[in-house]
Amino acid sequence: MSAPVNLPKWADIVAIPLLNITLAFIISGLVVLAIGEDPIDATRLMITGSLGSINGLGYTLYYATSFIFAGLAVAVAFKAGLFNIGGDGQAYIGGLGAALIGLNFGFLPAIVVIPLAIVVSLAFGALWALIPAYLQAKRGSHIVITTIMFNALASALMSYLLVNVLRKTGSMDPSTQIFAKSSFLPKLKDLLALFGIHAPETPLNLSLILALVTAYLVWLLIWRTRLGYEIRTVGANPHAAKYGGMSPARITIITMLISGALSAGLASNMLLGDAHRVQLDYTAGFGFVGIAVALMGRAHPVGIILASVLFGMLYQGGAELAFDKPKITRDMIMVIQGLVVLFGGALEGLFRKPLADLLARFSKGAR
Amino acid sequence: MGEGEGILHICPHVPSYVLRLRGGKTSTQAAGAPLMNEQSRPAIELTGINKAFGAVKANKNVHLRVERGSIHGIVGENGAGKSTLMSILYGFYEADSGEIKVNDQSVRIRSSREAISHGIGMVHQHFMLVDTMSVLDNVMLGAEGGAFLSSGAVQTRAHLAQLARDYGLDVDPQAKVGDLSVGLQQRVEILKALVRGAEILILDEPTAVLTPSEATQLFDMLRVLKSQGKTVILITHKLREIMDVTDQVSVMRRGEMVAHFATHETSTAALADAMVGRKVLLKVDKGESQPGPVLLEAIDLVVKDDFGVVRVHGVSFRVHAGEIVGIAGVAGNGQSELLEALAGIRPIASGSILINGIEVPPEQHNPSAMRAHHVVHVPEDRHKMGLVMAFEAYESAILGFQHDATFGAGALLEPQKMMADLAAKMDIYDIRPPDPRLKTANFSGGNQQKIVLAREIEHNPNVLLVGQPTRGVDIGAIEFIHKKLIAMRDAGKAILLVSVELDEITALSDRIIVMCGGQITGERRPEHTNPQDLGMLMAGVTEVAA
Repeated sequence: MSAPVNLPKWADIVAIPLLNITLAFIISGLVVLAIGEDPIDATRLMITGSLGSINGLGYTLYYATSFIFAGLAVAVAFKAGLFNIGGDGQAYIGGLGAALIGLNFGFLPAIVVIPLAIVVSLAFGALWALIPAYLQAKRGSHIVITTIMFNALASALMSYLLVNVLRKTGSMDPSTQIFAKSSFLPKLKDLLALFGIHAPETPLNLSLILALVTAYLVWLLIWRTRLGYEIRTVGANPHAAKYGGMSPARITIITMLISGALSAGLASNMLLGDAHRVQLDYTAGFGFVGIAVALMGRAHPVGIILASVLFGMLYQGGAELAFDKPKITRDMIMVIQGLVVLFGGALEGLFRKPLADLLARFSKGAR
Repeated sequence: MGEGEGILHICPHVPSYVLRLRGGKTSTQAAGAPLMNEQSRPAIELTGINKAFGAVKANKNVHLRVERGSIHGIVGENGAGKSTLMSILYGFYEADSGEIKVNDQSVRIRSSREAISHGIGMVHQHFMLVDTMSVLDNVMLGAEGGAFLSSGAVQTRAHLAQLARDYGLDVDPQAKVGDLSVGLQQRVEILKALVRGAEILILDEPTAVLTPSEATQLFDMLRVLKSQGKTVILITHKLREIMDVTDQVSVMRRGEMVAHFATHETSTAALADAMVGRKVLLKVDKGESQPGPVLLEAIDLVVKDDFGVVRVHGVSFRVHAGEIVGIAGVAGNGQSELLEALAGIRPIASGSILINGIEVPPEQHNPSAMRAHHVVHVPEDRHKMGLVMAFEAYESAILGFQHDATFGAGALLEPQKMMADLAAKMDIYDIRPPDPRLKTANFSGGNQQKIVLAREIEHNPNVLLVGQPTRGVDIGAIEFIHKKLIAMRDAGKAILLVSVELDEITALSDRIIVMCGGQITGERRPEHTNPQDLGMLMAGVTEVAA
């Protein structure tokens, strides 16, 4: 048994994450040092690679967009006390929904196809989350286990479909054909060009705006609606929820539908916005990064946006770093990301007690 | 836990130590008798203890001196800092400043392990036992004495046998803890502490779960421990127990130690005044009840618990408008399940509930429909059910009424409106601090309970289901809550009160129903009964059997 550590809000929201990330980077620096590279140099490369050019920034924000969706998905489920590990599978199946519209309804105007493709992809993601949700709500099968298994199922199902059903005839590549042009989400570059701003070609697209709007809507849902109130009550105290006339089973299902749909936001960004076709494992594990992002962002939309940008920097800057420094491989970048997750998420409480003690000493000194 | 069966264990035999006691204290062995010069030395001496949690100062410059070989009571309202002080002594928390002396030696206690090494043992209010393991296994837990169990088991068994001889603390070492009565489980907790060499025993609200006769047995046990030179610190809010069993009593109020008394020189009234810091009325003022029509009726209700065990066996009763019906009984005899079933939280296996003379159809047997029928419910456990501790107060204050149009338009909830609503209630109910944005968990027990009461009562109910309204609530708030319940009665509401506090049941109820083993064992009017009579009914001795 240990005493709860009470910190002022600013320390909780700002100081603690900063301390955690700093420690993660110091240890990353030691690792870089150990393999015989200069950590200062590596840091410089990472920052210039991710933020130093419009091009790099575009990629950073493109990755961040995916992470925002994935992080929000985890956070919403987390508010209801559910740990949705299945974001990756939900996004993958969501991609199938986007492909069905993108491939078959291209004759419709863009103003119809794009929203339709997005809505159908969200619905597919939601339905893929519905089965584990139902099993949790009605049968008590633990959602962590079922969502993990559903990632594997999604992967197997999509492999089958891509190889045997959706593959273009005569192609060796297990992927769909290119979607109809009318389903392409506008690139941010093109939107900026409308205002006379010229930016280089990057994958960054309208989804970034959608992600930011979604983050606001999630905030509204969780903290300002009756449904959000019920979601948080079920998550914080299921007994109180029952007492208050809520049905934890119903809330579990609704929350997982929302969470699955949010995961499928990845399909908008990565498929409708950039690749315009579904490739094998297109999600690249970004659904899992969402767990780290949500943990680091304290399951709050603002925190998730900030954490997403940080992870976007790690991905983009990491790619640049691996390119420039052959000794620092992709695996090394994974190690650094792992350290950020470890200190930012799993060891989140590491500095709480020391910081609280330090603050107590300060306030005593002031008196 | 099997508390239901527990009542069958009352007075199974007269323990030898009781006979010894009756024969006179001088017969206890000389070796255990404290020496004169030791007796003047305190077992525990706390000096200037301070402990703050954030801005809340739980202990302020606390001094406490506990004489060796005495029973020392500590009383205080909920949130007065008793538990914090004992947690510091037992190593759960470390004090911010101050000195702890055990047997005249200045010590630092950073963990319960260190506390045990200094001879301090603690019996928690909620037992720290593993139900599925035997008494022996539980006693050994954490003190197994090596990689192999057998040697430790032999030693512990011998130790238990010796304790049984010395103190009359008999428990079958092979019995499964889950099968024991609550009183015996508590005995196992005490044995655990003694086996670990405790010379100083802290008991936190030990009688909360006991029948009156089990409580008497416990006090006999404590007197024997004292006679053998052990020191006992007793934390309780029941002043009568303090008067019964302690030698010294210390009173805490708002984190400070405000008074020390020799028990024989004080009175319950004086203690109550010291606890609250002003004059308190311990008696409830109420007029004759004016019963109106039947508002709530239960017919042959059968209710099962989460494991499918029948906990309420065909209970029928009526509650009239303008009447408080109290349900008395030892905790765990079906009252909780009955209350939850009436509130629509727990399904009924058979039987029916009538509101205003109309049967509640099965599809309406849920909490929101019952609220719509103006049946409100103050749950027994506000931590588990009545509030969401992690929420800010204004959010907890709409629980159950989250679809009320007053709190926002359409799908939206408007925090401003919710806060204004609670702020108004905080004013009426004198909830402190009057800050709707404070986290629910940061209010004291009494103020949390007032938040629940305000939420339920202000919704203009016809039927009020109230469970343990003053559990863990300070005296000042108890007075307020009792007055409020009487006022509701006088306003023509039907009130069903479930409480394990006999005093409370007797003081508030117009009729008393006693439950035991899921059945009603009797009904009394408060003016025609006494604790002994009710105690018999609570133990399942019905008129027929007697």
